[in-house]
This record gives sequence, structure tokens and C-alpha cells, in this order.
Amino acid sequence: MAERPAYPAAHPAEVRVVSQRFGDPRAATLAGYLDTGGYQALGKALGLNGGEAMAPEAIIEEVKKSSLRGRGGAGFPTGLKWSFIPKGGDKPKYVLCNADESEPGTCKDRLILEHDPFAIIEGITIAGRAIGAQRGFIYIRGEYRYVLDIMQRALAEAYAAGYLGANIRGSGFSFDILAHTGAGAYECGEESALMESLEGKRGIPRLKPPFPALSGLYGCPTVINNVETLASVPPIILRGGDWFLNIGLPKNGGPRLFSLSGQVRNRGVYELPLGFPLRRLIEEIGGGVLGGGLKAVVPGGSSTPIFTAEEALGLNLDYDSVGKAGSFLGSGGVVVINDRTCMVRFALRVMQFYRHESCGWCVPCREGTNWLQLALTRFHRGDGRPEDVDLFTDVAQNILGRTLCPLGDAAAMPILSIVRKFRSEFEDHLHGRPCPFAAESSAVPVA
Amino acid sequence: MPETPSKPAPAAGAPPAPAEVHFTVNGHTLAAAPGTLLIEACRAANIEIPSFCYYPKLSLQAACRMCLVEVEKIPKLQTACTTVVAEGMVVHTETPTVQAARKSAIEFILTNHPLDCPVCDAGGECELQDMTFRYGAAVSRFDEPKRHRDEQQWSPVVYYDRPRCILCYRCVRVCGEGMDVWALGVGNRGILSTILPNHQDHLECEECGMCIDICPVGALTSGAYRYQTRPWEMQHVGAICAFCGDGCKTTLGVRNGVILRGDNRDKNGINGDFLCVKGRYGTDFTRHPERLKSPLVRDASGELRPVSWAYALETITDRWRGIQAAHGQFGVIGSTRCTNEESYQLQKLARRVLGTNHVDHHRSADFPALFDALAQPAGAAARPLPQLADSGALKTAKAVLLVGGDPTQEHPLLAWNLRWAHRLAGASLYVLNRRDIRLRRQARRMALLTHGTEADAVRYLAAPQRGDPPQAELTAVSPPGDKRWPQTPPSTPQPIPGGLEEFRAELAQERDVIIVFGPELTGDAVQALVRFGASLPGHTRYIAMADNANSRGAADMGLYPDLLPGYLPVSDGAARAHFAAAWGGDIPAAPGWNQRQMVEAVDRRELDALYVVGANPFRLDPVNAATLKSCFLVVQDLFLTETAQAADVVLPALSLYEKSGTVTNTCGEVQSQRRGGSFEGAKTDLEIIHALARMLGADFGRPDADRVFSEIRAQVKGYAVSLVQLMAGRGALAVPLNSAVPHQAAPQMIRPNHDSLFTAGTLGRYSATLNAVMEKHSRP
Repeated sequence: MAERPAYPAAHPAEVRVVSQRFGDPRAATLAGYLDTGGYQALGKALGLNGGEAMAPEAIIEEVKKSSLRGRGGAGFPTGLKWSFIPKGGDKPKYVLCNADESEPGTCKDRLILEHDPFAIIEGITIAGRAIGAQRGFIYIRGEYRYVLDIMQRALAEAYAAGYLGANIRGSGFSFDILAHTGAGAYECGEESALMESLEGKRGIPRLKPPFPALSGLYGCPTVINNVETLASVPPIILRGGDWFLNIGLPKNGGPRLFSLSGQVRNRGVYELPLGFPLRRLIEEIGGGVLGGGLKAVVPGGSSTPIFTAEEALGLNLDYDSVGKAGSFLGSGGVVVINDRTCMVRFALRVMQFYRHESCGWCVPCREGTNWLQLALTRFHRGDGRPEDVDLFTDVAQNILGRTLCPLGDAAAMPILSIVRKFRSEFEDHLHGRPCPFAAESSAVPVA
Repeated sequence: MPETPSKPAPAAGAPPAPAEVHFTVNGHTLAAAPGTLLIEACRAANIEIPSFCYYPKLSLQAACRMCLVEVEKIPKLQTACTTVVAEGMVVHTETPTVQAARKSAIEFILTNHPLDCPVCDAGGECELQDMTFRYGAAVSRFDEPKRHRDEQQWSPVVYYDRPRCILCYRCVRVCGEGMDVWALGVGNRGILSTILPNHQDHLECEECGMCIDICPVGALTSGAYRYQTRPWEMQHVGAICAFCGDGCKTTLGVRNGVILRGDNRDKNGINGDFLCVKGRYGTDFTRHPERLKSPLVRDASGELRPVSWAYALETITDRWRGIQAAHGQFGVIGSTRCTNEESYQLQKLARRVLGTNHVDHHRSADFPALFDALAQPAGAAARPLPQLADSGALKTAKAVLLVGGDPTQEHPLLAWNLRWAHRLAGASLYVLNRRDIRLRRQARRMALLTHGTEADAVRYLAAPQRGDPPQAELTAVSPPGDKRWPQTPPSTPQPIPGGLEEFRAELAQERDVIIVFGPELTGDAVQALVRFGASLPGHTRYIAMADNANSRGAADMGLYPDLLPGYLPVSDGAARAHFAAAWGGDIPAAPGWNQRQMVEAVDRRELDALYVVGANPFRLDPVNAATLKSCFLVVQDLFLTETAQAADVVLPALSLYEKSGTVTNTCGEVQSQRRGGSFEGAKTDLEIIHALARMLGADFGRPDADRVFSEIRAQVKGYAVSLVQLMAGRGALAVPLNSAVPHQAAPQMIRPNHDSLFTAGTLGRYSATLNAVMEKHSRP
């Protein structure tokens, strides 16, 4: 059994649903998982506990009722996604668990994988039951290699105890799950690239349509969900969609995990009801900004447009509020930036990531991220020209909306918002002036 | 997910699919078949939509983003290459947004492009240049260092220059999807992405050069051509490839009379996009240093000495006249690489002037047997449908039976067309062969013969109740599957018991089969094949595979000891009278000797003169050097072949690329070509034949291919083909079907070369590029 990192006690503001077993060593084994209420949801769905088995449609209905939205980034309603899977048909159907958590500022799925692997297995199995699949896959980020061992041990235990495989616990329902790692590509978090990678091909996005619900893995109907999304399913089935919905806001059901990082005292992963004020997350839970005042906040992972301190402090963390304010809740990766950080350098660091991670398939993302990184490097070095500031915007605009997959937008959106909201900092770098933050801006390393 | 090639009938009550959808582009209402891609629909209406990665009939990429257009009601720009037209769709292709997107795509592509156009082979025929000219900006805003990577040589013919590469993936797809070779892939990611060869630093492939041809820029260049010229300094002359019997068009790039490359720039030959290693790179035999530049006559000391043309021709005609006066025997061996006009005039010279039927050529397919089998009994009503298929028919075939041969190696165009039919038309390919040939990968069913020959198997198919069936392992091969690349190769086939009976039963379910057969079938086996073909439902057509560029033409033009042009028997008085009238002189009635019999006659000192035109018979039929002394041997060729080395007079001939005329491919498609290169000192075979005829007192007229072809059209059965088709550069199918072809069956004279992709008899031996490629492939 792996040593589990100690996990802090819940903050009073937290609502621990997905994180209910975080820090609980019992969740590492099947026996402990069962002791802590595990597999009761699957039992309910399959009618293992004496009750009537739930019809697949009823499972989907419950998830729809919960208003659970995808926790990976796009926030698509989960129940609706499941209902797109055609009924019947000759082709096998698949459930994919997207554990390719790679968005900078996001580390929540890792905790679920480490602390509660059986919840993921249970969630995938319920999803499989709901859409009529017989096989699920967990695609784990390449850098999370050790997580594969955790998952495989858990899968082996689940198989041994009849919670996976043929005729699960005598229910007549058979389901298999295979865990597989990626090889270290951000792009493979994009659902169609993930499928290509899982099929053993180069991890590049597919043309859409067809969408995965009709033609996904191996050309078969496929549901692909984020780890947290699937881990939310057992509590929803067990306690009802209404219960989950009421934790959050209408159309923003439940709590969700927020990864709090950056220049903030109490960095960590917190499960908060949707609609939670960002100010409270930073000040109350996060314990305030480190090393200075608040300058900016990235709300949902590095690809989401940035907020100024002023914008951030009035914001509530739910899909619709953040969307209305011009950004995305994304993967829930909240990055706090203090006022001693150089935003040019921050933009450069973000662009380094996207240049490194662009899959290179289509022209605007491949060439545009390279161009922006080179130009931002030169600019930050002090060799900028006044027209460069508009050039950054223009190049990013030329990526935005013109790429094959959403990751082109992911690269373009942050730079567009940073230049728009912190233009004066860019202008301060011009005319051979040194970076005004050069001496102190060490918290954002530039590789 | 097995797909059946025959579509199931639509469910009862389902509404019929609409024949056309209507949509609007830039205010024009257009119509197209449902499922048409917007880019194709626009191009069909002459609305230009630029693209790099889109290539017709290859899988869709949506990578270059050049074809972005505005579609109303969709907020983002859409790639026209992946958008399917829909009823009521409203499209704009020239709005400021679209123009800005194109300009931006060009700007992005050029950020790391070296812009070394002045020293780039592709300069002047580069799509990036054209697109930049039309859609790009005049000024570059990219002011950062460019990433340089050294050029790589992947094979004797393929060079890759990464900085020029725009990553359109056309090369990857044509190699995989088109050629089924899958030798190219994409490596690394992001800005470091690169095209990679399949073996670390080099390619192991068919060296077809399709990747170079399809490259829109100068990223892939040809080792045989690079840095020699600018494209606009060359004349581009459409020629028919001088190598195999498929008759591909190769456009010769000629500068100062020298053929610098074969190319497929117009893509308007019967081969469409396709050209193989020989058609592309084999042209360099024309400038081999050992090319014969002057006539040679063996002097008193026994050495071949250069002489003038006049002296050489006089030497020949003097000796021939002497032999004629002494009633000696003449033999004539023609070429499978000369034009139809030359072959026709050569046998006319033999029969009408030299008075001999000892005429032959190197045979590699039994055309007389096929045409005899297809002939209807005298008096029967003409069959309503053509029984011969042209090469293009394979592309749209529903089912093909391939018996013997290995098209991938020997008939690359036919193989390309068969793969095309499999990939794009869902054709069912049935393969019957002793060898596990590569086209197994496209076969719906392969019968791999473990005992017995293809001929035995065909006899069994035609008459299963007679005798024991030959044994075969039947293998089922995956049907056309995932259209995305890289395509999963079919799994290893598993033998299925049941032998040929099952193969036969499955074939009997197919309609309109095209039967393609190799040299394994001769004589009565061809007859059996046609009987079997006639038993199949629908309309069966045939292709016989012969080796060389004009093997079929040589046969059609009567280079046989017993057959006149058009397969008319020389023993038939009416046929003889027909040609005697046309040629103004008598034709001997008795069938002559075939090539081997002629050589045997040399050994018996019964052949007094042998005239060999563009052939190397002593390689196949070795001659006794001692007895050869009593035979006056004249050889006309490009090189001093084994036969030419033994000659008394050697005449330097021009190659197929250096003359005008027509050739007929193995399917019977007649095509015309005009003179490409030139070569000082040599003459066309037609000029030489006409000169010899004139000196012997027979006037064949001007050595003009047009005049001779007019005579062929008038005199040779099946050759009254459409001149308009020929002028348009298309193949016109010659169908020389007679009532019957009584022919001296000589199966031992069907002697295929079994060429590989890299060998091609004499021409191949003198092609530096083909040799380099072969040398590379023979390394361990």
C-alpha cells in the first residue's frame, strides 16, 4: 500500500463530496472503501442491496437532475452528454475517464486518483451502466505514472471482489476497466486527441463532427468525462440529483474542487459549492496574498482569460458568473498573482507552456505560439518595439477561433486578456527600460 | 466493424435521399450532390478556395486553415475542406474576415519558412509562392530568429528540407493511403513537428516519389533532379513512360535537348496522380555516357568501328541484297519499346521487302490466346459490351479478379488503380496467386496456391468437376476500414479450409468483374479463364498484363511469325491479300520462326541475316558465337547490349522519349506522344527502317509517325481509334477482336521479365538513379 500524503482537515466552508475520503487511509483498499460508504451507489444502480435496479435512463435522469457540469474545462452538462449516446446498435460503447490533468494551475484530479481511486472506478461503472457500455478506460496523464500503480491496484481489487468483470456481484451487468497512461502531452487532454492516443496513434485532435457520442474511441459511441465529474456520480446516485443540485446554484449543481495556487498563503485543493465568492477563497481559505497585494487572478486554469484584482474580488465562482465576467471556470485552477509580478513575464511563461504543448497539427497554434513566445522573450528582455504590443494581440487574435481544436483558443485567450488589462506594464518595458519587476519577480520562474 | 461493399437496400418507408442540395456561395445559388465537400462544390463552380492540406481523394486534415470561409449562422470560420454542403447553407468566401484569415495563415506558415526561393527546386512551381502572391502580405511582421535544420537525404531520390516544410501531411497520406507503403510519418510536436522517414534516417519504400510530387513546396526534392534547372527553363513535353506496360504519362522536363526529369505536373494522363520510380527517375538512361552516338561496323580485324550513317546503311543493304539474291533466310526481331508505327513498318519491311515471316518480339503475355477466346463464333451477333477494360476502369470496378502477376512490382499503375478502387469505391478484390503478393492487403479474398499453378487453378474454376482441385489456402482479409491514417494494417490472414470452391462461390456472387491476369496464364488456360469469366454474372472484362511500354503494340502490329497486324493469320489468303494490296507487294504465306527458332536456325547456319531492333534476344536465347559468324547480324539499339556486341553492324537509335508516335499499353489504350529530348548522332527506328526500305527499292514514304499511324488506323483491326481522344492526350482503347485467332501456341515463348519496381531490362541497367535505388535496397 502506498504511503498517502497527509491531507489537511476540511476548511469549514468546504462541502466535502468528491473529497469526502481525502486523507482517509481506508479509501486505499476496497474494504476500507466499502466501510466508508463505497459501492452503495453502484449497489443502488444495479439493485444489489435488495432494491430494484435502476433503469439506465433513470441513472441518466438523476445525473441530469443534479445539474452536474463537466469538471474538465468546458462545463458541458454531464447527463445531457450521456443521453446523446444512441440506444442499442451493433457497436460497443465506451466510457472514457479523462485523467490527463495537465492544465497549469490544476491538480485536483490527482488528489482523487491518489486518495479515492475506487470512487472513480465506481463512477465509471455507473456511467457504463447508464449508457450501455461494457468497457471503460482511464487515461492517466503521463507524468502521473505512479498514479497508474494506484489505479491498477484498485482495479485488481475491484476485479477480485467482483465489482468489475463479468456479471458484477451477480447483477447480470458486466463491465471492464483498463487504466493506461499518456506520454506527457497536454494535447491528449483534448477528448479526441486522447482517443487517438489511447488507440495507439499520435495524439492529435480529430475532425468534428462526428462527435464522440456517435463515433469516439475505435469509432464507437463513447462518453468521455473528467475524473472529478465521474467521481461525483456515485454521491449523486446515492443521495439524489436534487441533493447535489442544492449544494450549488441552479444549472451549477454541486460543489467542485478548486485548485488554489500562486502567490497565496494556503495553496491547496478545496471543495466549495459553486457560486462561492472568489474573495473568500483567496482571503479566508487561502489566507491572503503572499508577498504583496493582489494584482490578478486566473480563474480556471492557465487557458482562461485573466481577471484584475478589482474584477476578481467581486466574482462568484460558478460557470455562469465567471462566464458573464468574460472568462471561464475551466478546470477550477485558481492562480493568484501578486502586485510584484511582471505580467509580461507571466504572459511569457504561459506562452512557453502553450508553445511547448502545441501538438503542432494545425498552422495557427503551431506557428502562432512559437512566434508569440519568441517575441515575448525579446520584448521582456528589453528589445521590444512599440508596435509589438499590438502585434501580440493581433497574433493571438489570428489563433483564436481558427484552430482545429480548442487548445488554440487556450493559448490565445490568456495573452489577449493580459495585454488588454495590463497594457501599461507592457509599455513600461519599452525604450530599453529594464523590467520594473526584475529584482523581485521570482515567484514566476521563467524556464 | 465489417463493412459489406454492397450497400443494403434502404429500409422500407425511408424517404429517398435528395438528389441535390442547394446552397449559396457569394450570392450565387449552387447545387451539389449530398455529401459533397464545400471546397469541391466551390471549385466545381470556379470559386477558388485556397488550401494546402486538402488534396482530393486523400483523408481530410483541416490543418493548414487556408480554406476558412464564413458560413452564416455559425459564429466561427469553417474549413471548407471539411464542411459538407447542406440545403440552404449560405457561404461567403471573400469577406474581409475570410481574407484576413487567409493572410494570417500565410503569415504563420512563412514565419519559419526560409524564403530561399531563389535556390529552391520548387521555385516557380510552388503552391506557397502562388498563395503568398495571391493571398499573402507584402511585408513580414515576423522579426524573430528562424529555426534552421539541416537538409536530410532519405534515399537516393528523396531529400527533405524541414525549414521549407509547411506540414500539410500530403506526403504522409499519399505514401500511406495512396501507395499503401506508410513510410512517412510525423514526429515530435508543436513547432518541432517534422516529417520522418520510417527507418530513423532513411526511407525504406518503393521510391515512387509520390511524396515529392505531391509536396506543395520544396520540402521534398528529388535527388535525381535537384539543383539542375529552374522549372521555367525547361520545355515540358508529355510523353508515355518507356518502362512498364501500363502507359503512364510522364511529363519530360527538357532543357537544351536533355531530359532532366520525368514528372507528373499536369496529372492529366491515364495515370492521374500516379507515377512510379521508373517513370519519374528512370529517364536518365537517355544521358548515360555509354549511349551509342555513331553507327558501328565490324572491321576486318573484328572490332566494331565508328562509321558514318551512309556507310553503315550501305554496308547493311549491300549484304542484304546479296543474301536476297542467294535466296537466303532473313530473321527480324522487333521491340517492345518502339512505337506502333515503328513496329508496323518493321514487320512490313520484313514481310514485304525482305520477304520473310521470321518475325517475332519478346512476348510476355498471350494476347492472341485472349483475343481468340473472346472472339465470337463467325456469324454470331456482335457482343453489345466491350470485353476489354482500360486501366481507368479498375478505379470504378465493383469487383476485380487478379490471377497471377504482381502488379505492385510489375504494373504499378494497375496496382495504384486497384488500391484506389478498394479505398474509395469499396471494390472487392479477389487474388489468386502462388505468391503472397502485396495486393493481398487490399484483397477481400486471397487464394494463396500451395500446390499447382495459377493455370491449374483457373482450369479448375472453369470446370470444377474435372480432376482434383489444386490446393489453396484461402485467406480472408479485412474489408476497407478506418479511413483515418495511419490505417491499421490488416491482421495476419488466417488460412481458411475449403480451397478454391469457396473462392469460386464468392466470385459467383459478384457482378461486372474485371479479370486481370499475368503471364502465368497462356494458351488454353486463358481460354479457361474466359470461360469462367463468361459464367460470372453481369459484364466481365479483361486485362492481360505484359511487361513493356509497347509490348501490346508489338503484338497488335503483327510482330509474330504467324500473325499479321491485328492478329490476322498469315496463313489466311484473304488477310494476306488485304495487306499485299495495302503494301504493294506479296507476303510469304508460310508462318515463320519464332525468336528461339531463329536462334536455333543460327546454330544450324540456316539463318543468313538477323535484324534486331530495340531488343536483346541473345540474353534470353544464347547464341553460338561460332555459328553466328555465318549470320549477318544488324542491331539497332541505344546501348551495346549483349546482342549488339555480337553484331556486324550496330545502329544507334533514339529512345521512346526522343521520338513522336503512338504506343499501346497493356490494356490496349493507344496514346500519342511527341518528341521530348534529342540525342546527337542517333536516329529514330522509323527513320532507319524507312531508309533501309528505300535503299532496298521500297518506298515507305516520309518517316513520319502521323502518316504511318494513318495507315495503321486504316489497316489494323481495332486501331480506328478516335484521333480527338489521342490529341486530347487520353488513351483510346484498341479492341483488335477477330472472329478467331489461329495461332501457333507457344507457351514457352511467353517469357516475362518479372521486373521489380527497380529493374527494367536494358533501360534499367543504364539508369543511374534506378541503379542507385537498387543498390540501396540490396544492402543488408
